[in-house]
Amino acid sequence: MLSNLFPNVRMEELWTATEETLYMTGISVLGTLIFGIILGLLLFLTDRGNIWENKATNFVIATVVNVFRAIPFIILIFLLFPFTDFIMGTIRGPKAALPALIIGASPFYARMVEIALKEVDKGVLEAAKAMGAKTSHVIMKVLLPESMPALISGITVTAISLISFTAMAGAIGAGGLGDLAYRKGFQRWDFDVVFACTILIVFIVFIFQFIGDFTSRKMDKR
Amino acid sequence: MISIKSLSKIYKSKHNEVKAVDHLNLNIKNGEIFGVIGYSGAGKSTFIRLLNRLEEPTEGEITINGKDITKLGSRSLRKERQKIGMIFQHFNLLWSRTVLENISFPLEIAGVPRDERKKKVLELIKLVGLSGRENYYPSQLSGGQKQRVGIARALANDPDVLLCDEATSALDPQTTDDILDLLVDINNKLGLTIILITHEMHVIQKICHRVAVMEGGKVIEQGDALDVFMHPKEKTTKRFVQQVMGPEQDQAFIESLIKSYESGKVVRLHFVGESTNQALISELSKTFDININILQGNITQTQEGAYGTLFVHLDGTNEEIEKAINFISKTSVEVEVQSYAE
Repeated sequence: MLSNLFPNVRMEELWTATEETLYMTGISVLGTLIFGIILGLLLFLTDRGNIWENKATNFVIATVVNVFRAIPFIILIFLLFPFTDFIMGTIRGPKAALPALIIGASPFYARMVEIALKEVDKGVLEAAKAMGAKTSHVIMKVLLPESMPALISGITVTAISLISFTAMAGAIGAGGLGDLAYRKGFQRWDFDVVFACTILIVFIVFIFQFIGDFTSRKMDKR
Repeated sequence: MISIKSLSKIYKSKHNEVKAVDHLNLNIKNGEIFGVIGYSGAGKSTFIRLLNRLEEPTEGEITINGKDITKLGSRSLRKERQKIGMIFQHFNLLWSRTVLENISFPLEIAGVPRDERKKKVLELIKLVGLSGRENYYPSQLSGGQKQRVGIARALANDPDVLLCDEATSALDPQTTDDILDLLVDINNKLGLTIILITHEMHVIQKICHRVAVMEGGKVIEQGDALDVFMHPKEKTTKRFVQQVMGPEQDQAFIESLIKSYESGKVVRLHFVGESTNQALISELSKTFDININILQGNITQTQEGAYGTLFVHLDGTNEEIEKAINFISKTSVEVEVQSYAE
Protein backbone atom coordinates (compact mmCIF):
# COMPACT_ATOMS: atom_id res chain seq x y z
CA MET A 1 0.00 0.00 0.00
CA LEU A 2 2.84 2.32 0.93
CA SER A 3 4.44 1.81 -2.45
CA ASN A 4 1.17 2.90 -4.08
CA LEU A 5 1.13 6.14 -2.13
CA PHE A 6 4.86 6.77 -2.48
CA PRO A 7 5.84 5.08 -5.81
CA ASN A 8 9.26 6.77 -6.05
CA VAL A 9 10.36 6.41 -2.43
CA ARG A 10 13.06 3.82 -1.89
CA MET A 11 13.03 2.66 1.72
CA GLU A 12 16.78 2.13 2.12
CA GLU A 13 17.46 5.64 0.76
CA LEU A 14 14.90 7.12 3.10
CA TRP A 15 16.34 5.23 6.05
CA THR A 16 19.93 6.32 5.29
CA ALA A 17 18.79 9.91 4.95
CA THR A 18 16.93 9.74 8.27
CA GLU A 19 20.03 8.31 9.93
CA GLU A 20 22.14 11.12 8.50
CA THR A 21 19.69 13.76 9.71
CA LEU A 22 19.60 12.22 13.18
CA TYR A 23 23.41 12.02 13.21
CA MET A 24 23.82 15.67 12.23
CA THR A 25 21.16 16.81 14.68
CA GLY A 26 22.43 14.67 17.56
CA ILE A 27 26.09 15.67 17.33
CA SER A 28 25.33 19.34 16.66
CA VAL A 29 22.89 19.53 19.60
CA LEU A 30 25.61 18.08 21.81
CA GLY A 31 28.21 20.52 20.47
CA THR A 32 25.82 23.45 20.78
CA LEU A 33 24.98 22.45 24.33
CA ILE A 34 28.67 22.51 25.30
CA PHE A 35 29.70 25.69 23.46
CA GLY A 36 26.43 27.46 24.17
CA ILE A 37 26.65 26.86 27.91
CA ILE A 38 30.29 27.93 28.01
CA LEU A 39 29.55 31.11 26.04
CA GLY A 40 26.38 31.79 28.02
CA LEU A 41 28.23 31.37 31.32
CA LEU A 42 30.97 33.72 30.12
CA LEU A 43 28.40 36.29 29.02
CA PHE A 44 26.66 36.05 32.37
CA LEU A 45 29.70 35.95 34.64
CA THR A 46 31.54 38.82 32.97
CA ASP A 47 28.45 41.00 33.06
CA ARG A 48 28.06 43.86 35.55
CA GLY A 49 27.87 42.87 39.19
CA ASN A 50 28.94 39.28 38.65
CA ILE A 51 31.88 37.20 39.77
CA TRP A 52 34.12 37.83 36.74
CA GLU A 53 32.84 41.30 35.94
CA ASN A 54 34.92 42.52 33.01
CA LYS A 55 33.60 45.01 30.53
CA ALA A 56 36.11 44.29 27.76
CA THR A 57 35.69 40.50 27.79
CA ASN A 58 31.94 40.83 27.97
CA PHE A 59 31.93 43.20 25.03
CA VAL A 60 34.12 40.91 22.88
CA ILE A 61 32.02 37.81 23.57
CA ALA A 62 28.75 39.67 23.09
CA THR A 63 29.96 41.06 19.76
CA VAL A 64 31.08 37.66 18.48
CA VAL A 65 27.77 36.15 19.53
CA ASN A 66 25.78 38.93 17.88
CA VAL A 67 27.75 38.81 14.64
CA PHE A 68 27.39 35.05 14.23
CA ARG A 69 23.73 35.23 15.12
CA ALA A 70 23.22 37.81 12.40
CA ILE A 71 24.65 35.68 9.57
CA PRO A 72 21.98 33.69 7.70
CA PHE A 73 22.74 29.99 8.03
CA ILE A 74 23.07 29.25 4.33
CA ILE A 75 25.68 32.00 4.01
CA LEU A 76 27.47 30.81 7.13
CA ILE A 77 27.95 27.40 5.47
CA PHE A 78 29.63 28.99 2.45
CA LEU A 79 31.68 31.28 4.69
CA LEU A 80 32.93 28.32 6.71
CA PHE A 81 33.89 26.11 3.73
CA PRO A 82 37.65 26.71 4.10
CA PHE A 83 37.46 26.18 7.86
CA THR A 84 35.36 23.02 7.45
CA ASP A 85 37.74 21.68 4.83
CA PHE A 86 40.63 22.34 7.21
CA ILE A 87 39.25 20.64 10.32
CA MET A 88 37.00 17.94 8.83
CA GLY A 89 39.06 17.23 5.69
CA THR A 90 35.97 17.39 3.46
CA ILE A 91 33.16 19.71 2.52
CA ARG A 92 30.64 17.03 1.62
CA GLY A 93 28.49 14.68 3.67
CA PRO A 94 26.90 14.87 7.11
CA LYS A 95 30.25 15.26 8.92
CA ALA A 96 31.08 18.38 6.94
CA ALA A 97 27.86 20.02 8.10
CA LEU A 98 28.78 19.82 11.78
CA PRO A 99 31.08 22.88 12.14
CA ALA A 100 28.56 25.18 10.48
CA LEU A 101 25.68 23.71 12.49
CA ILE A 102 27.46 24.11 15.82
CA ILE A 103 28.87 27.55 15.03
CA GLY A 104 25.49 28.67 13.73
CA ALA A 105 23.47 27.46 16.71
CA SER A 106 25.85 28.07 19.65
CA PRO A 107 25.51 31.88 19.76
CA PHE A 108 21.74 31.54 19.54
CA TYR A 109 21.73 29.10 22.45
CA ALA A 110 24.33 31.14 24.38
CA ARG A 111 21.87 34.05 24.58
CA MET A 112 19.19 31.71 25.87
CA VAL A 113 21.62 30.36 28.46
CA GLU A 114 22.44 33.90 29.54
CA ILE A 115 18.75 34.73 29.98
CA ALA A 116 18.21 31.50 31.93
CA LEU A 117 21.12 32.31 34.26
CA LYS A 118 19.84 35.83 34.84
CA GLU A 119 16.63 34.29 36.14
CA VAL A 120 18.47 32.47 38.94
CA ASP A 121 17.50 33.98 42.30
CA LYS A 122 20.16 36.51 43.39
CA GLY A 123 19.44 35.61 47.00
CA VAL A 124 20.47 32.01 46.39
CA LEU A 125 23.75 33.18 44.84
CA GLU A 126 24.31 35.41 47.86
CA ALA A 127 23.60 32.49 50.19
CA ALA A 128 26.15 30.34 48.34
CA LYS A 129 28.71 33.13 48.62
CA ALA A 130 27.97 33.47 52.34
CA MET A 131 28.68 29.74 52.73
CA GLY A 132 32.13 30.17 51.25
CA ALA A 133 31.41 28.66 47.83
CA LYS A 134 34.08 28.81 45.12
CA THR A 135 33.19 29.95 41.61
CA SER A 136 33.20 26.33 40.43
CA HIS A 137 30.73 25.45 43.18
CA VAL A 138 28.55 28.38 42.22
CA ILE A 139 28.48 27.26 38.58
CA MET A 140 28.06 23.53 39.07
CA LYS A 141 25.88 23.48 42.18
CA VAL A 142 23.83 26.65 41.88
CA LEU A 143 23.73 28.32 38.47
CA LEU A 144 23.31 25.25 36.24
CA PRO A 145 20.95 23.19 38.44
CA GLU A 146 18.79 26.20 39.32
CA SER A 147 18.37 27.18 35.66
CA MET A 148 18.00 23.61 34.34
CA PRO A 149 14.37 23.78 33.15
CA ALA A 150 15.11 26.92 31.12
CA LEU A 151 18.36 25.43 29.79
CA ILE A 152 16.44 22.36 28.63
CA SER A 153 13.59 24.22 26.98
CA GLY A 154 16.23 26.43 25.35
CA ILE A 155 18.11 23.48 23.89
CA THR A 156 14.79 22.04 22.69
CA VAL A 157 14.03 25.15 20.67
CA THR A 158 17.63 25.19 19.42
CA ALA A 159 17.46 21.51 18.45
CA ILE A 160 14.38 22.17 16.36
CA SER A 161 16.17 25.01 14.57
CA LEU A 162 19.10 22.65 14.06
CA ILE A 163 16.86 20.07 12.37
CA SER A 164 15.79 22.77 9.97
CA PHE A 165 19.44 23.81 9.49
CA THR A 166 20.41 20.20 8.64
CA ALA A 167 17.81 20.20 5.88
CA MET A 168 19.27 23.40 4.49
CA ALA A 169 22.79 21.97 4.70
CA GLY A 170 21.46 18.84 2.99
CA ALA A 171 20.40 20.84 -0.02
CA ILE A 172 24.01 21.78 -0.66
CA GLY A 173 25.39 18.31 -0.26
CA ALA A 174 25.45 17.40 3.42
CA GLY A 175 23.09 14.42 2.99
CA GLY A 176 20.11 13.67 5.16
CA LEU A 177 16.43 14.20 4.52
CA GLY A 178 16.92 17.71 3.13
CA ASP A 179 19.32 16.36 0.55
CA LEU A 180 16.95 13.54 -0.40
CA ALA A 181 13.99 15.87 -0.72
CA TYR A 182 16.01 18.21 -2.92
CA ARG A 183 17.79 15.79 -5.26
CA LYS A 184 15.33 12.88 -5.52
CA GLY A 185 12.22 14.90 -4.89
CA PHE A 186 12.52 18.39 -6.27
CA GLN A 187 15.06 17.88 -9.06
CA ARG A 188 13.28 14.78 -10.43
CA TRP A 189 9.90 16.29 -9.77
CA ASP A 190 8.89 13.28 -7.63
CA PHE A 191 6.85 15.06 -4.99
CA ASP A 192 5.95 11.90 -3.09
CA VAL A 193 9.63 11.84 -1.99
CA VAL A 194 9.41 15.44 -0.78
CA PHE A 195 6.25 14.54 1.07
CA ALA A 196 7.81 11.44 2.73
CA CYS A 197 10.81 13.51 3.84
CA THR A 198 8.49 16.19 5.27
CA ILE A 199 6.57 13.62 7.31
CA LEU A 200 9.77 12.18 8.73
CA ILE A 201 11.22 15.60 9.62
CA VAL A 202 8.00 16.69 11.30
CA PHE A 203 8.01 13.41 13.20
CA ILE A 204 11.61 13.97 14.37
CA VAL A 205 10.76 17.53 15.46
CA PHE A 206 7.80 16.25 17.46
CA ILE A 207 9.95 13.67 19.22
CA PHE A 208 12.51 16.32 20.20
CA GLN A 209 9.77 18.65 21.39
CA PHE A 210 8.18 15.91 23.45
CA ILE A 211 11.44 14.81 25.09
CA GLY A 212 12.37 18.43 25.81
CA ASP A 213 9.04 19.39 27.33
CA PHE A 214 8.90 16.23 29.39
CA THR A 215 12.41 16.59 30.82
CA SER A 216 11.98 20.29 31.51
CA ARG A 217 8.76 19.67 33.40
CA LYS A 218 10.26 16.74 35.29
CA MET A 219 13.21 18.88 36.41
CA ASP A 220 11.12 21.80 37.59
CA LYS A 221 10.48 21.50 41.33
CA ARG A 222 9.50 25.13 41.82
CA MET B 1 34.08 38.31 70.97
CA ILE B 2 33.25 40.24 67.87
CA SER B 3 34.62 43.73 67.78
CA ILE B 4 33.75 46.22 65.11
CA LYS B 5 35.81 49.36 64.85
CA SER B 6 35.05 52.41 62.78
CA LEU B 7 33.27 50.34 60.14
CA SER B 8 32.08 52.30 57.11
CA LYS B 9 30.49 51.54 53.79
CA ILE B 10 30.14 54.33 51.31
CA TYR B 11 28.33 53.85 48.01
CA LYS B 12 29.60 56.26 45.42
CA SER B 13 27.74 57.11 42.28
CA LYS B 14 28.58 59.81 39.77
CA HIS B 15 26.74 62.58 41.52
CA ASN B 16 26.53 61.65 45.15
CA GLU B 17 27.80 59.54 48.00
CA VAL B 18 25.67 57.48 50.33
CA LYS B 19 27.07 56.55 53.71
CA ALA B 20 25.16 53.33 54.34
CA VAL B 21 27.26 52.53 57.38
CA ASP B 22 29.12 55.38 59.01
CA HIS B 23 32.03 54.79 61.40
CA LEU B 24 30.18 52.18 63.37
CA ASN B 25 31.63 50.73 66.58
CA LEU B 26 30.23 47.71 68.38
CA ASN B 27 31.37 44.95 70.68
CA ILE B 28 29.41 41.73 70.72
CA LYS B 29 30.07 39.13 73.39
CA ASN B 30 30.47 35.44 72.69
CA GLY B 31 27.26 33.48 73.14
CA GLU B 32 24.89 36.41 73.28
CA ILE B 33 21.94 37.23 71.08
CA PHE B 34 22.59 40.70 69.80
CA GLY B 35 19.87 42.59 67.98
CA VAL B 36 20.25 45.52 65.65
CA ILE B 37 17.03 47.37 65.03
CA GLY B 38 16.34 50.17 62.62
CA TYR B 39 13.90 51.40 60.01
CA SER B 40 14.53 50.59 56.38
CA GLY B 41 17.37 52.67 55.06
CA ALA B 42 19.08 52.77 58.45
CA GLY B 43 21.94 50.69 57.07
CA LYS B 44 21.33 47.57 59.11
CA SER B 45 21.11 45.33 56.06
CA THR B 46 24.42 46.64 54.75
CA PHE B 47 25.90 46.30 58.22
CA ILE B 48 25.16 42.59 58.53
CA ARG B 49 26.52 41.97 55.01
CA LEU B 50 29.75 43.68 55.93
CA LEU B 51 30.30 41.16 58.71
CA ASN B 52 30.89 38.29 56.26
CA ARG B 53 31.99 40.63 53.51
CA LEU B 54 29.10 40.02 51.15
CA GLU B 55 29.66 43.77 50.93
CA GLU B 56 33.23 45.03 51.00
CA PRO B 57 33.78 47.59 53.77
CA THR B 58 35.10 50.99 52.70
CA GLU B 59 37.07 51.20 55.93
CA GLY B 60 37.22 49.78 59.43
CA GLU B 61 37.96 46.52 61.20
CA ILE B 62 35.85 43.50 62.02
CA THR B 63 37.50 41.10 64.42
CA ILE B 64 35.83 37.74 64.91
CA ASN B 65 37.65 35.32 67.24
CA GLY B 66 40.83 37.31 66.99
CA LYS B 67 40.87 37.37 63.18
CA ASP B 68 40.41 40.58 61.28
CA ILE B 69 37.88 39.64 58.60
CA THR B 70 38.61 42.75 56.55
CA LYS B 71 42.23 41.69 56.01
CA LEU B 72 41.60 38.13 54.77
CA GLY B 73 42.52 36.99 51.26
CA SER B 74 39.82 35.37 49.14
CA ARG B 75 40.78 31.80 50.04
CA SER B 76 40.90 32.34 53.80
CA LEU B 77 37.77 34.47 53.59
CA ARG B 78 35.93 31.51 52.04
CA LYS B 79 37.22 29.29 54.84
CA GLU B 80 36.12 31.83 57.47
CA ARG B 81 32.68 32.22 55.91
CA GLN B 82 32.08 28.52 56.51
CA LYS B 83 32.24 29.38 60.21
CA ILE B 84 29.77 32.25 59.91
CA GLY B 85 26.27 30.96 59.26
CA MET B 86 23.66 33.20 57.72
CA ILE B 87 19.90 33.06 57.33
CA PHE B 88 17.79 35.32 55.15
CA GLN B 89 14.42 37.01 55.00
CA HIS B 90 13.45 35.08 51.87
CA PHE B 91 15.20 31.88 52.98
CA ASN B 92 17.24 31.60 49.75
CA LEU B 93 16.96 27.84 49.44
CA LEU B 94 17.81 26.03 46.21
CA TRP B 95 14.48 24.95 44.74
CA SER B 96 16.22 22.22 42.78
CA ARG B 97 17.31 20.46 45.96
CA THR B 98 15.37 18.60 48.63
CA VAL B 99 15.51 19.58 52.31
CA LEU B 100 18.24 17.03 52.84
CA GLU B 101 20.26 18.21 49.84
CA ASN B 102 19.86 21.87 50.77
CA ILE B 103 21.27 21.29 54.23
CA SER B 104 24.00 19.17 52.72
CA PHE B 105 25.06 22.01 50.39
CA PRO B 106 27.42 23.90 52.76
CA LEU B 107 28.98 20.58 53.75
CA GLU B 108 29.68 19.79 50.09
CA ILE B 109 31.32 23.20 49.79
CA ALA B 110 33.45 22.47 52.84
CA GLY B 111 34.49 19.14 51.32
CA VAL B 112 32.96 16.89 53.97
CA PRO B 113 32.85 13.21 52.88
CA ARG B 114 29.47 11.76 51.87
CA ASP B 115 28.83 9.49 54.89
CA GLU B 116 29.61 12.23 57.39
CA ARG B 117 27.42 14.63 55.46
CA LYS B 118 24.43 12.37 55.68
CA LYS B 119 24.91 11.84 59.41
CA LYS B 120 25.31 15.55 60.13
CA VAL B 121 22.32 16.51 57.98
CA LEU B 122 20.03 14.07 59.77
CA GLU B 123 21.16 15.45 63.13
CA LEU B 124 20.38 18.99 61.96
CA ILE B 125 16.98 18.01 60.58
CA LYS B 126 16.14 16.64 64.01
CA LEU B 127 17.44 19.76 65.74
CA VAL B 128 15.21 22.09 63.73
CA GLY B 129 12.21 19.79 63.94
CA LEU B 130 11.83 18.73 60.32
CA SER B 131 12.07 14.97 60.74
CA GLY B 132 10.03 13.15 58.12
CA ARG B 133 10.40 15.94 55.57
CA GLU B 134 13.92 15.08 54.41
CA ASN B 135 12.88 14.49 50.82
CA TYR B 136 10.48 17.38 50.39
CA TYR B 137 11.32 20.17 47.99
CA PRO B 138 11.20 23.77 49.29
CA SER B 139 8.07 24.43 47.21
CA GLN B 140 6.27 21.82 49.31
CA LEU B 141 7.10 23.57 52.60
CA SER B 142 5.51 26.47 54.49
CA GLY B 143 7.44 29.68 55.21
CA GLY B 144 8.31 28.61 58.73
CA GLN B 145 9.54 25.22 57.56
CA LYS B 146 11.66 26.87 54.86
CA GLN B 147 13.30 29.06 57.49
CA ARG B 148 13.98 25.95 59.56
CA VAL B 149 15.80 24.48 56.56
CA GLY B 150 17.67 27.80 56.28
CA ILE B 151 18.69 27.57 59.94
CA ALA B 152 19.79 23.95 59.63
CA ARG B 153 21.81 24.86 56.55
CA ALA B 154 23.44 27.78 58.35
CA LEU B 155 24.43 25.50 61.23
CA ALA B 156 25.85 22.71 59.08
CA ASN B 157 29.50 23.66 59.42
CA ASP B 158 29.25 24.30 63.19
CA PRO B 159 29.62 28.06 62.95
CA ASP B 160 30.65 30.32 65.84
CA VAL B 161 28.36 33.08 64.68
CA LEU B 162 24.91 33.10 63.13
CA LEU B 163 23.85 36.17 61.17
CA CYS B 164 20.10 36.65 60.79
CA ASP B 165 19.03 39.05 58.07
CA GLU B 166 15.40 39.95 58.84
CA ALA B 167 14.88 36.23 59.32
CA THR B 168 11.30 36.48 60.53
CA SER B 169 10.08 39.48 58.55
CA ALA B 170 8.38 37.35 55.91
CA LEU B 171 6.60 35.15 58.44
CA ASP B 172 3.27 35.45 60.23
CA PRO B 173 3.30 36.29 63.99
CA GLN B 174 2.78 32.70 65.17
CA THR B 175 5.52 31.32 62.91
CA THR B 176 7.78 34.22 63.88
CA ASP B 177 7.52 33.18 67.51
CA ASP B 178 8.23 29.54 66.66
CA ILE B 179 11.36 30.52 64.74
CA LEU B 180 12.48 32.86 67.54
CA ASP B 181 12.01 30.04 70.06
CA LEU B 182 14.14 27.83 67.85
CA LEU B 183 16.88 30.48 67.74
CA VAL B 184 16.88 30.78 71.55
CA ASP B 185 16.99 26.99 71.78
CA ILE B 186 19.98 26.86 69.43
CA ASN B 187 21.69 29.67 71.31
CA ASN B 188 21.33 27.70 74.55
CA LYS B 189 22.25 24.31 73.13
CA LEU B 190 25.16 25.28 70.92
CA GLY B 191 26.28 28.46 72.66
CA LEU B 192 26.83 30.27 69.40
CA THR B 193 26.65 34.03 69.04
CA ILE B 194 23.60 35.28 67.17
CA ILE B 195 23.53 38.66 65.49
CA LEU B 196 20.19 39.62 64.06
CA ILE B 197 18.83 42.64 62.31
CA THR B 198 15.15 43.48 62.30
CA HIS B 199 12.64 46.28 62.17
CA GLU B 200 10.34 44.55 64.65
CA MET B 201 10.79 45.46 68.31
CA HIS B 202 8.89 42.28 69.12
CA VAL B 203 11.88 40.23 67.95
CA ILE B 204 14.29 42.21 70.12
CA GLN B 205 11.99 42.00 73.10
CA LYS B 206 11.49 38.28 72.77
CA ILE B 207 15.00 36.96 72.34
CA CYS B 208 17.76 39.58 72.44
CA HIS B 209 20.12 40.07 75.34
CA ARG B 210 21.49 43.30 73.99
CA VAL B 211 20.34 45.67 71.35
CA ALA B 212 21.70 48.48 69.18
CA VAL B 213 19.44 50.99 67.50
CA MET B 214 20.65 52.13 64.09
CA GLU B 215 19.79 55.26 62.21
CA GLY B 216 21.55 56.93 59.32
CA GLY B 217 24.33 54.32 59.32
CA LYS B 218 25.20 54.93 62.97
CA VAL B 219 24.36 53.26 66.25
CA ILE B 220 22.36 55.89 68.11
CA GLU B 221 21.67 53.88 71.22
CA GLN B 222 22.74 50.53 72.62
CA GLY B 223 22.67 48.49 75.78
CA ASP B 224 20.92 45.63 77.53
CA ALA B 225 17.61 45.00 75.84
CA LEU B 226 15.72 45.60 79.08
CA ASP B 227 17.50 48.89 79.79
CA VAL B 228 16.74 50.17 76.35
CA PHE B 229 13.15 49.11 76.82
CA MET B 230 12.76 50.86 80.13
CA HIS B 231 14.68 54.01 79.48
CA PRO B 232 14.69 54.69 75.76
CA LYS B 233 16.58 57.92 75.18
CA GLU B 234 16.39 58.63 71.48
CA LYS B 235 13.18 59.42 69.66
CA THR B 236 13.61 56.52 67.25
CA THR B 237 14.12 54.11 70.13
CA LYS B 238 10.99 55.40 71.83
CA ARG B 239 9.03 54.76 68.67
CA PHE B 240 10.30 51.20 68.55
CA VAL B 241 9.42 50.61 72.20
CA GLN B 242 5.93 51.90 71.49
CA GLN B 243 5.59 49.19 68.84
CA VAL B 244 5.27 46.61 71.59
CA MET B 245 4.25 48.68 74.60
CA GLY B 246 1.67 50.97 73.12
CA PRO B 247 2.08 54.71 73.59
CA GLU B 248 3.06 56.06 77.02
CA GLN B 249 0.16 57.56 78.90
CA ASP B 250 0.14 61.30 79.12
CA GLN B 251 -0.45 63.29 82.29
CA ALA B 252 -4.00 64.28 81.39
CA PHE B 253 -5.02 60.66 81.16
CA ILE B 254 -3.53 59.85 84.54
CA GLU B 255 -5.25 62.81 86.16
CA SER B 256 -8.58 61.76 84.78
CA LEU B 257 -7.92 58.30 86.21
CA ILE B 258 -7.21 59.73 89.63
CA LYS B 259 -10.23 62.02 89.59
CA SER B 260 -12.59 59.18 88.87
CA TYR B 261 -11.96 57.61 92.27
CA GLU B 262 -13.34 59.07 95.48
CA SER B 263 -11.22 57.12 97.90
CA GLY B 264 -8.00 55.12 97.90
CA LYS B 265 -4.93 55.68 95.81
CA VAL B 266 -3.97 55.27 92.19
CA VAL B 267 -0.57 53.67 91.94
CA ARG B 268 1.73 53.07 89.01
CA LEU B 269 3.68 49.79 89.17
CA HIS B 270 6.84 49.42 87.11
CA PHE B 271 7.80 45.86 86.33
CA VAL B 272 11.48 45.79 85.57
CA GLY B 273 12.27 42.27 84.60
CA GLU B 274 11.98 39.98 87.60
CA SER B 275 9.66 37.14 86.86
CA THR B 276 9.17 36.28 90.58
CA ASN B 277 6.76 39.18 90.92
CA GLN B 278 4.12 37.70 88.76
CA ALA B 279 1.90 36.88 91.74
CA LEU B 280 2.29 40.33 93.29
CA ILE B 281 -1.32 41.42 92.89
CA SER B 282 -2.83 38.30 94.41
CA GLU B 283 -0.33 38.39 97.25
CA LEU B 284 -1.25 41.99 98.05
CA SER B 285 -4.94 41.28 98.23
CA LYS B 286 -4.37 38.25 100.43
CA THR B 287 -1.96 39.93 102.83
CA PHE B 288 -3.63 43.32 103.22
CA ASP B 289 -7.20 44.29 103.70
CA ILE B 290 -7.53 46.22 100.48
CA ASN B 291 -9.28 45.96 97.15
CA ILE B 292 -7.19 46.16 94.05
CA ASN B 293 -8.62 47.27 90.77
CA ILE B 294 -6.47 47.08 87.66
CA LEU B 295 -7.10 50.19 85.57
CA GLN B 296 -4.71 50.09 82.70
CA GLY B 297 -1.54 48.31 81.91
CA ASN B 298 0.88 46.76 79.54
CA ILE B 299 3.18 43.98 80.57
CA THR B 300 5.43 42.19 78.17
CA GLN B 301 7.87 39.31 78.54
CA THR B 302 11.50 39.84 77.59
CA GLN B 303 14.54 37.54 77.78
CA GLU B 304 15.24 39.09 81.21
CA GLY B 305 11.72 38.76 82.60
CA ALA B 306 8.54 40.81 82.66
CA TYR B 307 8.65 44.45 81.78
CA GLY B 308 5.86 46.96 81.76
CA THR B 309 3.61 49.35 83.58
CA LEU B 310 0.39 48.75 85.46
CA PHE B 311 -1.97 51.36 86.86
CA VAL B 312 -3.95 50.02 89.80
CA HIS B 313 -6.39 51.53 92.19
CA LEU B 314 -5.92 50.54 95.86
CA ASP B 315 -8.95 50.96 98.05
CA GLY B 316 -9.15 50.46 101.84
CA THR B 317 -8.11 52.26 104.99
CA ASN B 318 -5.21 54.66 104.57
CA GLU B 319 -3.17 52.57 106.98
CA GLU B 320 -3.63 49.36 105.03
CA ILE B 321 -2.84 51.12 101.75
CA GLU B 322 0.34 52.57 103.25
CA LYS B 323 1.40 49.09 104.38
CA ALA B 324 0.70 47.62 100.99
CA ILE B 325 2.75 50.28 99.21
CA ASN B 326 5.56 49.69 101.65
CA PHE B 327 5.39 46.00 100.87
CA ILE B 328 5.59 46.59 97.10
CA SER B 329 8.54 48.91 97.44
CA LYS B 330 10.50 46.08 99.08
CA THR B 331 10.11 43.93 95.94
CA SER B 332 11.84 44.68 92.67
CA VAL B 333 8.69 46.29 91.33
CA GLU B 334 8.96 50.06 91.38
CA VAL B 335 5.93 51.76 92.83
CA GLU B 336 4.83 55.31 92.27
CA VAL B 337 1.80 56.86 93.99
CA GLN B 338 0.10 59.10 91.49
CA SER B 339 -1.72 61.34 93.95
CA TYR B 340 -4.39 61.16 96.61
CA ALA B 341 -7.82 61.04 95.20
CA GLU B 342 -9.77 63.78 96.95
